[in-house]
Amino acid sequence: MTPRLALKRITKQYPAVVANDQVDLVVQPGEIHAVLGENGAGKSTLMKIIYGVIKPDQGDIYWNGTETNIAHPAAARDLGIGMVFQHFSLFDTLTVAENIALGLPPDTRLDELERRIADTAQQYGLELQPQRHVHTLSVGECQRVEIMRALLGKPQLLILDEPTSVLTPQAVGKLFETLRQLAAEGCSILYISHKLDEIRALCHTCTVMRGGKVTGVCDPRQETDSSLSRLMIGAEPPAITHHEQDAGQRVLSVRKLSLEKAHPFATRLSDIDFDVHAGEIVGLAGVSGNGQQELLAVLSGEDTRAAPHAIMLDDAAIGRRSAAWRRARGVAFVPEERLGRGAVPELTLAQNILLSHQSGRTVRRGFIRYKAIQRLATDIIRRFNVRAAGPDAAAASLSGGNLQKYIIGREVLRQPRLLLVAQPTWGVDVGAAAQIRAELMGLRDAGCAVLVISEELDELFDIADRLIVMAKGRVSPSIRRSEANMDLIGQWMSGLWPGQTGVSNATAERMHVEA
Amino acid sequence: MLKLEPRAHPSVWMSWLSPVLAVLLTMACGLLLFMAVGKDPLASLAVFFLEPIKDLRGWSEVGVKLAPLLLISVGLAMCFRANVFNIGAEGQLVLGAITAGAVVLYFDDETAQGGFWLISLALIAGAAGGMLWAGITAFLRDRYNANEILVSLMLVYVAELLLSYLVHGALMDPDGFGFPQSRLFSDGFLLPTVLPGTRLHLGIILALAASLIGWLYLSRSFSGFKLQVGGMAPLAARYAGFSARRSLWVTMLVSGGLAGLAGACEIMGPIGQLTPSVSPGYGFAAIIVAFVGRLHPVGVIFSSFIMALLYIGGELSQSRLGMPSAITGIFQGILLFSLLACDVLIHNRLRWRR
Repeated sequence: MTPRLALKRITKQYPAVVANDQVDLVVQPGEIHAVLGENGAGKSTLMKIIYGVIKPDQGDIYWNGTETNIAHPAAARDLGIGMVFQHFSLFDTLTVAENIALGLPPDTRLDELERRIADTAQQYGLELQPQRHVHTLSVGECQRVEIMRALLGKPQLLILDEPTSVLTPQAVGKLFETLRQLAAEGCSILYISHKLDEIRALCHTCTVMRGGKVTGVCDPRQETDSSLSRLMIGAEPPAITHHEQDAGQRVLSVRKLSLEKAHPFATRLSDIDFDVHAGEIVGLAGVSGNGQQELLAVLSGEDTRAAPHAIMLDDAAIGRRSAAWRRARGVAFVPEERLGRGAVPELTLAQNILLSHQSGRTVRRGFIRYKAIQRLATDIIRRFNVRAAGPDAAAASLSGGNLQKYIIGREVLRQPRLLLVAQPTWGVDVGAAAQIRAELMGLRDAGCAVLVISEELDELFDIADRLIVMAKGRVSPSIRRSEANMDLIGQWMSGLWPGQTGVSNATAERMHVEA
Repeated sequence: MLKLEPRAHPSVWMSWLSPVLAVLLTMACGLLLFMAVGKDPLASLAVFFLEPIKDLRGWSEVGVKLAPLLLISVGLAMCFRANVFNIGAEGQLVLGAITAGAVVLYFDDETAQGGFWLISLALIAGAAGGMLWAGITAFLRDRYNANEILVSLMLVYVAELLLSYLVHGALMDPDGFGFPQSRLFSDGFLLPTVLPGTRLHLGIILALAASLIGWLYLSRSFSGFKLQVGGMAPLAARYAGFSARRSLWVTMLVSGGLAGLAGACEIMGPIGQLTPSVSPGYGFAAIIVAFVGRLHPVGVIFSSFIMALLYIGGELSQSRLGMPSAITGIFQGILLFSLLACDVLIHNRLRWRR
């Protein structure tokens, strides 16, 4: 059988890094083919080459057996290649059909297009109403618009880049059904991911990449998580041991927290209630864009518009207190964006200490104590195995994982009473991720109250003592990790939790805490 | 098609050398310019860059021009580092001249001797005037999120018209035959000279002190650190709990105050009275000075020197070479353009792409 797509010795070099090094890839017709690798392994670059966004420096591309030069995305679409990007390019103020029409020839009739959309939607089980405006859609529905857009081009090859990072477990199941049906009809699918269980459940073949090179091609159904991760990172992920521990006194309590949007595309927070106690990790799950960003900003003090008593730190009403005030009283915060928020890219690691260490140790009489911050930075680099040239290296010169270790180390060293962490291991290699999780556990054991916000449910199930779920700006009652399972949390992620039907959230939470 | 590709590791050396390159490029463009208008290029260039500093008197005149440029550009360097784009230093300078002039004219009668305290009072009034003018911009930005570039720029023209109104009215010399200017200030109200026999006045000392203090503030103090984080990464500043409003007010008031002080020094130094025009565009030239000096409070000493040369060279080339007065502005423009071009090419690589 002629392969649908074959890449031979593709190489792409950037000034600082070889993104793809002699990469071979063969995709058969009707095959669901996974490309597995950590962030920075070169998956995205390879897909952009196939879709004509980037030109390779060397190597050949064969499409259905003939050598092809894909100069730009339009050429790729003409060949029959469709791509669903991780970040959507949709106009909020237009309808589904109008958004899709934008990519089609100008003489497309909208009513006819709507019919085609409805037909295709039915055929593949993609629930989608063509007349709805995009701003009313959930993230999962937006993704369906993108998939629909790709499907209308009748593709022979569909590329999906990390499609499940924005979906609830139930929505993932639906997506997989659609993909299997497409494949059964002969469409090849390239599935980019770093999630081992998904790949093992869905894909027929798997090409594993590490550091820009292909490290193996296998049938994922015959592999185990550990054998796949050996191919992906060259080692097995260290296991985390979780031991039960009684939570101490309440450190953070949020009561009836509601907040209007700061800008039109923000999420409104409504009626949020939850507690975090000393010596426990509370995991906040949820599909991204459901108000996690807004909630974090309110808790950290970056946004000080909340009602004073809606947020209590011990006995102090802190709703309107500044970030610096909260920090001085033992709150630490690790934001999702490392460069530009958690650290200033142009400044050295030592100078970046001052973002969160602002006490007499680092600043005396208004002047910076350079020796002290230098020492602190050196300590963090050593203790947390940060790979950096030294305390004078610019923050921007570190890899994402190393910078994250540094930032977490910086906050841990402050011995906080309350730590807020967003996406602690997002884009971090597996080894560093394990280390970061262990640090969070250590902090918990030392009596710190920890709130972890993450899109990775596995991670939350690994480290959290209790789970709460955020959907549409609301927060669910809490549930002990031992009582929760993926299905339940998945349901809650779409906003369906018991508190919604009569029981008030606060009562439910109390029940769980006392249970 | 020509394409700019970012360099992975822009040379640190080159980014420090870039202002030097820019000065050399400006000279090269000057050569071409003089050739094009049929002058002896080398001799003309010498008028610009050598003639002004051939003797002590020349150096002192350069210092007279350098003082206001340095005072203003130290303040602007702080502003720009905090991402606060105060373009209206010229207006703040004019306001400083007005308030300082008003104070001098109020106390300056037959009985008053002037002296240290009254001079200090007038200088403080000048700084306060500049701060007031910059404060308007800061307030509108803070309260209504008005763009500080536009507001500060438009306030320049308001300030100039206000000065013109006053020297045609309330502050006009009653015995001045209707000329739009104030009385000449008595000697007791003029800034002491630093070098006997020259016009080099106390302003240069103030400017050098400002540069030194500015350097200490930006490199050593926590407050200066906060300003710069706000400029480099606003989200990180918010994360750290550094107030953006505070940065805005501090930088606007300091730069306005320094510009106002420069205005006060001008009228109590080389000018000696209030006239409709108290500055040949020092406030605008200082923007270029700040960037050529790499927004570094000590770096701007050198760029102020170059800019002062351009001012004097421009005056000399009018008298010696018969060039039009626009020549100074042309050289200033070429200098800024060369600097920006050098910076772009240091951070990017030019590639030819089909």
